[in-house]
Amino acid sequence: MSAHAVGRGPGADGRAVIVGASVAGVRTAQALRREGWTGPVTLVGDEPHPPYDKPPLSKQLLTGAWEPGRAVLLDGPAAREAGITLRLGSPAVRLDPAGRRVSLADGQTLSYDVLVLATGAAARPSPWRPGSGLHVLRGLDDLLALRRDLELPGPVVVVGGGFIGAEVASAVRARGREVTLVDPLPVPMARLMGEEVGAHFNGLHRRHGAVTAFGTGVESITGRAGALTVRLSDGGALPAATVVVGIGSVANDAWLRDSGIPLEDGVLCDEYGRVPGHLGVYAVGDLARRRLPGPGGPQRSEHWTSAVEQAACVARTITRPSAPSAEASVPYVWSDQYDWKAQIVGAPGGARLHRLIGDPDGSPARFAALYSGDGARLTGAVLVNWPRAMLMARRLIAEEGALAHAERELTATGQVSRA
Amino acid sequence: MPELTADLGACQGYANCVVAAPDTYDIDDDGLVVLVRTEIPEEDRARVEEAARSCPVSALKVDGK
Repeated sequence: MSAHAVGRGPGADGRAVIVGASVAGVRTAQALRREGWTGPVTLVGDEPHPPYDKPPLSKQLLTGAWEPGRAVLLDGPAAREAGITLRLGSPAVRLDPAGRRVSLADGQTLSYDVLVLATGAAARPSPWRPGSGLHVLRGLDDLLALRRDLELPGPVVVVGGGFIGAEVASAVRARGREVTLVDPLPVPMARLMGEEVGAHFNGLHRRHGAVTAFGTGVESITGRAGALTVRLSDGGALPAATVVVGIGSVANDAWLRDSGIPLEDGVLCDEYGRVPGHLGVYAVGDLARRRLPGPGGPQRSEHWTSAVEQAACVARTITRPSAPSAEASVPYVWSDQYDWKAQIVGAPGGARLHRLIGDPDGSPARFAALYSGDGARLTGAVLVNWPRAMLMARRLIAEEGALAHAERELTATGQVSRA
Repeated sequence: MPELTADLGACQGYANCVVAAPDTYDIDDDGLVVLVRTEIPEEDRARVEEAARSCPVSALKVDGK
């Protein structure tokens, strides 16, 4: 046992093992090196592919604008140069925190002084199981299988009108295919941005030739690739060559079930990613269910920007445990749908829509929807095709700016932009 | 001096770089990154590089000594 294993946490020459090779894991490994970690750094990935980035899966990689190589986050030479050992193609199956060991499916065991849990989340499994032709989209193999099946002629049905479903529908339309989007909610985006702004996203699908079956559930999906039938709760039936199901995600925490690590659809940790009761164990990215300051229970954040920032922070916290570092940015998500580049900052969900500035029906559209949780300050915004307004909103939310002031600034920016 | 470059063909206007280092990056009305400066003093390099790494499409690079 190394001298520092008790009490103070390990020194920067310890063995760091990071389990999970998506953006949170890769960025943590790289950041540890930048922060002066001199000990071995091992990055474990369950897939055989070089670590790659996930957002392009439902965007550039699905439309075909990019080939998979372009999404690679860390290839072999870059890993060697950074002194990061890649252990790919074999998932971690067991953690023994007392013995400080991680077991992999191939029978290997990795000992650690510091452990970062970054196994992310998986697509929520489809409750419908036809013979073939049904897809989820969370990893590169999912993408390649979906791209192959999209060669089959015939309509495509997408179940789930959230970000993934909407982006898939958009990419499938870009490939010139007929698509129907099904969701039990009349306005799928409403939970995230309210009915009024969500309704504009409904209209976006229809304007681009996608059929929407919103407010309709799925009863069954039967058949096989090329000849599927999707039966709806309203009695209708949709023929489909291919079906894509995007109905949320579940944390990849099953491998930790018997480890004693606190779990709740993800690894429970503090705002710094530290797992309580387990010195030297951290969680980052989609897997981390963080207890943040302020009201509300511990939350998972499933966003790229947050994962990147959490990775940088946790590397700082590991190398300087006496001055832990927490993500400080305003939440930020983006979604590319048809000719809309939507950017969402702060927390519009649950807040009241104060005002919509700009034109959601223009070609191209450009608008800013401002939200307030308390009627006084700007707490969230949805921006479409207007990155400058996004920047301004992000700053105003961070500054806890008054709503009236935010409205004036954004209106003025809009007038300048149009001039 | 280290040099900052941007791939304008890749830039999608995500603007993470501007949030991270507003003295170096800006964004225009079409949502494309604008480099306020391209020669980066050594003392700013770490911060400007961290901002570059926050780009979701890896459109930004700091090269050279």
